[in-house]
Amino acid sequence: MSRPGLWDAVRGVVRRDLMLAMRRPSDVAMSVFFLVIVASLFPLGVGPEPAVLKTIAAGVLWVAALLACLLSLGRVFTADYLDGVLEQMVLIAQPLPVLVVGKVFAHWVVSGLPVVVLSPFLGLQFGLDGEALWTLVLSLLLGTPTLSMIGAIGAALVLGVRGSGLLVALLVLPLYVPVLIFGAGAVTGSMAGVGGEANLSLLGACLVLSLFFAPWATAAGLRIALE
Amino acid sequence: MSFNWSKFSAPLAFYPVAGKMIPWFSVAAALTIAAGLYVGLLIAPTDFQQGDSYRIIFVHVPAAWMSMFLYVVMAVWAGVGMGLNARLSFMMAQAIAPTGAMFTFLALLTGAMWGKPTWGAWWVWDARLTSELILLFQYAGVMLLRTSIDDMRRADRASGVCALVGVVNIPIIYYSVQWWNTLHQGASVSMTAAPKMATLMLVAMLLMTFGFWMYSIAVVLGRVRCVILERENLLAWNKPSPAPEVAEAQS
Repeated sequence: MSRPGLWDAVRGVVRRDLMLAMRRPSDVAMSVFFLVIVASLFPLGVGPEPAVLKTIAAGVLWVAALLACLLSLGRVFTADYLDGVLEQMVLIAQPLPVLVVGKVFAHWVVSGLPVVVLSPFLGLQFGLDGEALWTLVLSLLLGTPTLSMIGAIGAALVLGVRGSGLLVALLVLPLYVPVLIFGAGAVTGSMAGVGGEANLSLLGACLVLSLFFAPWATAAGLRIALE
Repeated sequence: MSFNWSKFSAPLAFYPVAGKMIPWFSVAAALTIAAGLYVGLLIAPTDFQQGDSYRIIFVHVPAAWMSMFLYVVMAVWAGVGMGLNARLSFMMAQAIAPTGAMFTFLALLTGAMWGKPTWGAWWVWDARLTSELILLFQYAGVMLLRTSIDDMRRADRASGVCALVGVVNIPIIYYSVQWWNTLHQGASVSMTAAPKMATLMLVAMLLMTFGFWMYSIAVVLGRVRCVILERENLLAWNKPSPAPEVAEAQS
């Protein structure tokens, strides 16, 4: 049997994580329901005036998506850290940052993709229509992978630390701010008629940058956690 | 004659050197800050638009510069620590963080005090203000990550990675007034263009910046001495107490 290549290793990591997630569908359902509930709280709190809802829609949906991603960050590495799989991943001959990309991609499929799929329905609740709705979906499609990539750095740094849930929020939320601004800005821009292309391009740039840099930082964090 | 710099990378060798340097930097800080305040508050001309309320920039701008500068210095020390595996570098990074956070808070506070009479609002959600606020959160994150990890070696490295990742924000703060159409005015002082303010104002601002810089060095050296004492088990009450039977025999 020949030694498995890099691509096989990444595919194995992704397949394993997705299978684990499928065996415990309640984890996925939890972050989806969280998103829906948080987004539904705002119309109840702010009041049901369509004009108000339309102005806050982009911000509220983006913040809800961001919090849903944040809550699921604990699942990226914790189980593997506790049962020793992570140690094996550090030890095998494949480069750790590439494996990290596989794990983060699986995490995005489980926690980010449902948000993207669900967002048009939530947008309808807030009275978004036509182009704004599509901009919302597109901005989340570009933005949520960035959130997962940045979040993985925080998740790796707080592995096994006491109070890690709150700590990861404190570390990661400041770094989420640009994504939030560009994402919500794209939707607001398309509603105002100036179009969301500029902000979508910036989101794409954030995604490319985080794809390039975040795996290295995450791998460094994992090595520190496992020392 | 060769001089062995790496000798001072040992915390115990650095401890007395730091103690000797502190008075010099303290005196320099006191003198330049006093001179800067004198020029800024009493000699510099009154602004024809803002009256005397503009004078807070003599604290605000230097504090904002130091907040960004100290973050970069902290990240560099953390990076050096990880690259060279040097304990003292991590101790320096640890000692810099509170001072940097203090200057960030000072910049935000003085900005708010200046914004109220000039803009009519304590706070606006402007790119410069928001990114500076994020810097404060980053300092908090780096410090809290360090205190939440019990293992010292891991705490050093994890907060180091955290500090290095956060460096992304520094150019965002610096260029925020150019990239976005903001309420906050553009850069006060430029290396390339002729100064847009009266020479005396510039002199006061540079004096204050130098003073804050010297103050930071003095305080950081003082704090790093405390960190060395704490972490190298040099405190008298950190020494292991004699075994019970010895204590019994002595009594």
